[in-house]
Amino acid sequence: MKLTVWTYEGPPHVGAMRVATAMKGLHYVLHAPQGDTYADLLFTMIERRNHRPPVSYTTFEGRDLGEDTAGIFKKTCQDAYDRFKPQAIIVGASCTAELIQDDPGGLAETMQIPVPVIPLELPSYQRKENFGSDETFYQIVRALAGPVARTPEVTVNILGPIALGFRHRDDIEEIKGLLYEMGIGVNVVAPFDATPEDITRLGAAHANVVMYPEHAETAARHLEKTFGQPFTKTVPIGVGATHDFVAEVALLCGVEPRTDLSRLRQPWWSRSVDSTYLTGKRVFVFGDATHVIAAARIARDEMGFEVVGLGCYNREFARPIRALAKAFGVSALVTDDYLEVEKAIEDAAPEMILGTQMERHIGKRLGIPCAVISAPVHVQDFPARYSPQMGWEGANVIFDTWIHPLVMGLEEHLLAMFREDFEFHDEAGPSHHGGHAPKPVEGGQPPAAAQPPRSFSAKMNEGAVAGSAQSHEQTGSDVMVWLSDAERELKKIPFFVRGKARRNTEIYATERGLSEISVDTLYEAKAHYAR
Amino acid sequence: MTTPAKIPATSCRDAPILKERGQREVFCGLTGIIWLHRKMQDAFFLVIGSRTCAHLLQSAAGVMIFAEPRFGTAILEESDLAGMADAHEELDREVARLLSRRPDIKQLFLVGSCPSEVIKLDLARAAERLTQVHAPHVRVLNYSGSGIETTFTQGEDACLASMVPVLPATEARELLLVGALPDVVEDQAVSLLTQMGIGPIRVLPAPRTSQTPGVGPNTVFACLQPFLGDTAAALTRRGARMIPAPFPFGEEGTTLWLRAIADEFGVDDATFERVTEAPRARARTAIANASKALHGKTIFFMPDSQLEIPLARFLTRECGMEAIEIGQPYIHKALVAPDLDLIPTGPVISEGQDVDKQLDRVRAARPDLTVCGLGLANPLEAEGLTTKWAIELVFTPVHFYEQAGDLAGLFSRPIRRRALLKLEAAE
Repeated sequence: MKLTVWTYEGPPHVGAMRVATAMKGLHYVLHAPQGDTYADLLFTMIERRNHRPPVSYTTFEGRDLGEDTAGIFKKTCQDAYDRFKPQAIIVGASCTAELIQDDPGGLAETMQIPVPVIPLELPSYQRKENFGSDETFYQIVRALAGPVARTPEVTVNILGPIALGFRHRDDIEEIKGLLYEMGIGVNVVAPFDATPEDITRLGAAHANVVMYPEHAETAARHLEKTFGQPFTKTVPIGVGATHDFVAEVALLCGVEPRTDLSRLRQPWWSRSVDSTYLTGKRVFVFGDATHVIAAARIARDEMGFEVVGLGCYNREFARPIRALAKAFGVSALVTDDYLEVEKAIEDAAPEMILGTQMERHIGKRLGIPCAVISAPVHVQDFPARYSPQMGWEGANVIFDTWIHPLVMGLEEHLLAMFREDFEFHDEAGPSHHGGHAPKPVEGGQPPAAAQPPRSFSAKMNEGAVAGSAQSHEQTGSDVMVWLSDAERELKKIPFFVRGKARRNTEIYATERGLSEISVDTLYEAKAHYAR
Repeated sequence: MTTPAKIPATSCRDAPILKERGQREVFCGLTGIIWLHRKMQDAFFLVIGSRTCAHLLQSAAGVMIFAEPRFGTAILEESDLAGMADAHEELDREVARLLSRRPDIKQLFLVGSCPSEVIKLDLARAAERLTQVHAPHVRVLNYSGSGIETTFTQGEDACLASMVPVLPATEARELLLVGALPDVVEDQAVSLLTQMGIGPIRVLPAPRTSQTPGVGPNTVFACLQPFLGDTAAALTRRGARMIPAPFPFGEEGTTLWLRAIADEFGVDDATFERVTEAPRARARTAIANASKALHGKTIFFMPDSQLEIPLARFLTRECGMEAIEIGQPYIHKALVAPDLDLIPTGPVISEGQDVDKQLDRVRAARPDLTVCGLGLANPLEAEGLTTKWAIELVFTPVHFYEQAGDLAGLFSRPIRRRALLKLEAAE
């Protein structure tokens, strides 16, 4: 039993729904009690889908339990076929139905349903949403894709985009564009907008492009083994990764790595002097592994940031994330515990978070700007405009998105110069964000730093720390005394670097065995850490 | 009664009910935690369930309430499913950890879910045991919010009903208002009744454990929500008596609800008139303004919040709408009969759901407004049908006089918006 407040991933059947909802002509019959239909609104509200997810729920009740829940499943399955006439059906159980062991796959097999029925085994008490999507897509591919003749011209399949994905809709267009420039055709895009009939033609492609390993890696491995189709390992998010992707695809397909860079503006935007202020900004990166791996590289190599922490919530990818963290000289945070992530971010005191909607809330609480790079998603992550993450346009989009939450270069200097101006002070936040009205300030003094709320989670963290061995990280202000002059001086430092200054000073003092911090200590530490 | 309600010659009270079984597009009772945990400020709701339960709570809120969540899910894992003794020990450990972190918690609800019920985890026994462990500081109660036992707002009923057996006994003649309403609305109700000289007035659930009401043979109670059947039954078992009335939606509903209580307490007509006259007039004006777009329009209720029958009464009688179908997840006649009495025969009254068949009826009728859950709203809009999300009715202050106009506004806004948007080329 594990106490959970917020989750990064839903149960595995939600992953299966994301595949089913992305496809056309497929229906999912889900053995589940009343209430599990809540998942429909993820698609109709967050993603603004204009149709119901193609899912029929058996909706069994307590009084059915001693009786014929299997019969309810069979009726639902038959009704779903008769009403929707899908090309194929996937069947499975949600967490509760798993416990009553009706075996939806076995039941469906005994029925005379004239289309392929694919059983799903998604262990709800062990695995999570991303496992569900990957496994479901694999089972569909395994059941439907048979041997077919290769296309005479060079074509690839594009695998991985699903419903409720972070910018999947637009990433597909970027990938198609990159392939087009190399003269490579697209055989099938799946699961997004693919029909079961399309899946049967997967074998005709010469190779596979895996957009999101979280959702398509197992299927790609199966296709490699069965049809000898190699698949791409590079995810083209960022300038460098997109160059690598073009080279990789060209090699797999035996074509020239041709690409049109005329649309790519990111490198100049990053080199131009206005971006100097981005240098060494300390960022914390957290999300699904694929987006974190890409974002860490962009942050360091293409923005000039310093990555001070990184991690992912999907344990399946713990190994590559640990390797990446090692390469960046930080320790990897592999956890799906929101409170642990919050604690790690609080400790690292970054100037910016690149995370999910969950980290956006952490940032709000801690007063740290955040740009979203990964699922889990929010209605805001489905913009009406074209806004990919992949390819050349994706690189442009990411540059804009990431700098938007930050205070801009010259403004940063002005804040430092006129630190006691009653209207133009750091608590007012970046001036291009309307929401931050300057707070009224009494007596011309800059307002005290907003205290991070001592909330439930903070208390839980304290409990957790107190319970574990208290060997490390006793650097908090509990043991270190800031003299009042030093504390006042610290408040004059703009908020976006104040956390770093406090932390560096305390580390500096600890290393020297000081128990009090004076104004001198503050500036000695500053000189010590100056770059 | 100052203005007797016009009771139609043939009302929906005895109309045949269309009972359906099939796929239900409704939330389970866990959803009630979203508003209950804000109402009871020293209570914590611990769901014993699966990742699905945690995901539901996070998603159903629409927005994630990251500030001070006073609820959480103890997620059952593979090892918990193996042996029962294990699960109880695990639960004790999680509760002890939680309570040591949250010394402000006085009341802990262990909330049962579909998986905890299927594996027959005895939460009543756990609550008893944990109460002994953590008494007197914390009282531990349990109820089921599972989808196999409860739908959506029924979770609040189960929660309140679980509190009734442990309410202190009292012989006092008191009025008990039952149901979790936004504070502003509750204050209005209490103020109106107090002005009539009615009191003392107590509320269930109380905002803090220290304000817990008593119950006994001299308690009379009025429900604020139409989904509190089990709570009403539990209070009756404790000797209290229910004051039946239509629910306080709209000017008429509020007046009839207040009048029923006033009659119980022997309030004379002049006093009743003096207290209600001004707010009634305001409510009428506000409804008249907000309901212009609703006159002569048809409405179809998919079963969702359990508020459907009282709202249909308000919309048909005070806003000039015509109801085509009024669906509720389940119909508790003892509570909604006074509302059904006021709705003339005509609309289909349905209980339960087979969502695809019901959607066929919606498409055939093409109502001007369909009240439905969030999973159905955008798909119906895409078919050209105007919708109103039911969940907003539970999260928004809509009861009593001062909110009557807002309530009408919730229904008219989607219709006005559809009329407002010009998204085609000018010809």
